[in-house]
Amino acid sequence: MNSTPLVALVGNPNAGKSALFNALTGARQKVGNYPGVTVERKSGRMALPDGRPIEMLDLPGTYSLVPSSPDEAVTHDVLLGKQAGERLPSALVIVIDATNLDNHLRFALQLIALGLPCIVALNMVDMAKRDGLEIDVDKLSADLGVPVIPTVAVRRRGIEELKAAIGNFARSGAIAIAPGSDAIHDDVITLQRRARAIAVASTTEENFKRRWTHRADGVALHPVLGPILLAALLFVMFQAVFAWAAVPADMIDAGMAALGEAAGNAMPEGFLRSLIVEGLIAGVGAVIVFLPQILILFFFILLLEATGYMVRAAFIMDHLMARVGLSGRAFIPLLSSFACAIPGIMATRTIDDPKDRLTTILIAPLMTCSARLPVYAVIIAAFIPERNVLPGVGLQGLVLFLLYVLGVTGAMLAAFILRRTVTKGPPPGFMMEMPRYQAPIPRDIVLGLWQRALIFLRRAGTIIAFTTIILWVLVSYPKPPAGFAQPAIDYSIAGRIANGLEPLVRPIGFNRDIALALIPAMAAREVAVSALATVYAIDDGDENQQAQSLVGRLHGRWSLPTALAFLVWFVFAPQCISTIAVVRRETNGWKWTGFMLFYLFVLAYIAAGATYWASIALGL
Amino acid sequence: MVRSMDAATLTLITLDKLPFKLVGRIAHIDWTTLSERDGRRLRELGADEGVLVEKLHKGPFGIDPIACRVGRMTVALRTAQAAAIAVEPEAKP
Repeated sequence: MNSTPLVALVGNPNAGKSALFNALTGARQKVGNYPGVTVERKSGRMALPDGRPIEMLDLPGTYSLVPSSPDEAVTHDVLLGKQAGERLPSALVIVIDATNLDNHLRFALQLIALGLPCIVALNMVDMAKRDGLEIDVDKLSADLGVPVIPTVAVRRRGIEELKAAIGNFARSGAIAIAPGSDAIHDDVITLQRRARAIAVASTTEENFKRRWTHRADGVALHPVLGPILLAALLFVMFQAVFAWAAVPADMIDAGMAALGEAAGNAMPEGFLRSLIVEGLIAGVGAVIVFLPQILILFFFILLLEATGYMVRAAFIMDHLMARVGLSGRAFIPLLSSFACAIPGIMATRTIDDPKDRLTTILIAPLMTCSARLPVYAVIIAAFIPERNVLPGVGLQGLVLFLLYVLGVTGAMLAAFILRRTVTKGPPPGFMMEMPRYQAPIPRDIVLGLWQRALIFLRRAGTIIAFTTIILWVLVSYPKPPAGFAQPAIDYSIAGRIANGLEPLVRPIGFNRDIALALIPAMAAREVAVSALATVYAIDDGDENQQAQSLVGRLHGRWSLPTALAFLVWFVFAPQCISTIAVVRRETNGWKWTGFMLFYLFVLAYIAAGATYWASIALGL
Repeated sequence: MVRSMDAATLTLITLDKLPFKLVGRIAHIDWTTLSERDGRRLRELGADEGVLVEKLHKGPFGIDPIACRVGRMTVALRTAQAAAIAVEPEAKP
């Protein structure tokens, strides 16, 4: 049993809740998942002024206790003590935006009515002052009947006072009792009017105006400048992913190679050395190389979210998304899916329209995620000549760009068809709060990146390491008897499976080796690269220099139509076990997951086949 | 709504048709034309009779969506939803 008191942080979206959570707990945070749902559980340790520990829980931001999205359902269930795997909090810290009291107080009143001990953190008091609002904290506290502490989370002001207030609860013993109340005030209008009355009574207003935000929106939401700005931002973002990542990626590559060599020298020749050097280090190394690209992409996404621009991007994209039956809200998860479909699919939990959300989940794997990059990079380097088609526009880069375009086009087409068939329903509305612009807090961005890096490395260390080892065993054993005429790999277990699979993929131009690589690539797309490297290294009989010469090895073995078909296959094929698992959890079962796998594989098969035969017809 | 029958009806326009830079006061919201989900969201975002609104921006490719000030918040919504909100334009200060 955990005896540390649990205190939950609750509030509207855009109240500055996460910044306050980071200020209270520092880097001592744990990010996990609630059982059965993909809503993140963020908790952290905090020490009271007298040294006693408190566990802080950061609940997803919601507008009310009436749950309409999975995110809000978790907040609702935790506060009523109904969430599996969570204790009922002993006390609540309600975060409200001082510049938007009318609205945030409504949710606060709803929370106070639950009967748990509450403290209100009146956040962004500096902004309120700048906007011309003066708030009488004592009056507010008296009207609400709970302590009110003014804070500025981003400048760490009021944090000690807030901790002291939490400590007072603990001292008076209130924190130990935890009465749960089932009665939720859900008459929004009545609550809203009470909230407004309290807000008006405690606020002196003088020329309220969000000057900065209004001026910035004049550009960001301008009918002509807005889309240009968005396109420019996206261009810089993708450019940076390739340009900035080159140096750190090369360093990781060199580091892994040195590690492999050191391990190779330190160990005696034999099974274990082969397993560790060829299997583990080469395989996992091929994946970790992409950490810089993933982090750069996440850096931009975290930045766009922290500044408040992301909602503006959704606003600009809404009309285009509406044409395929989605809403601007879907743009945010789809953009995240360019880094990785998993956080993208998890981000769909903020979409409250179930059909809109389901469609977004089903097309998210079509966004070109960073795991496809290793596959694209190797094949393009091996088969696409390095020359310029136009001054400054290289053919290799153009092909890569076209693969991205193909993914997006496929996704839009899929959404268009899905919304008219299996996910048919009334068009989703688009209604979002547009928060004020804010300077991002570097500390919070770094913390977010750190958490993403850990998740990625954990994945590389578990699923990818595991499948690479399994593949290595399957490809290496059993060893052929002396005098076996064919390549050694044909005698191995993997070779035999691939030989059986080959007739199925021959019509779309794939060979036995590709069939072989596609099996472990079900775990993660990038494994296809390490699988091909392993297969050809063992095939050629040399056991050093794995990935370095893969480009050369491919060049002689595959025809150009085969290579192009392989690229197009990876645009569509849902080869990622983690994505499949997340979709299953998010859609509560195998029905939609199975549907997604089916339509994406069929799409991949048809598109790869069409590419193969079209290339042959064109004489490539 | 009883109020919508009085003389003020004549001056009411819906939020989607409110000219830019003109502040209005919400006179009436026709919840029946909104889906349950849209209605709840709109309430949660602070739309209610008596609240000041102003149309601030419109989307790039035509008319949808629009960004409006609702109370102290800026809210993005589609014109179809904005059409459910009847507004009484206020004289410019």
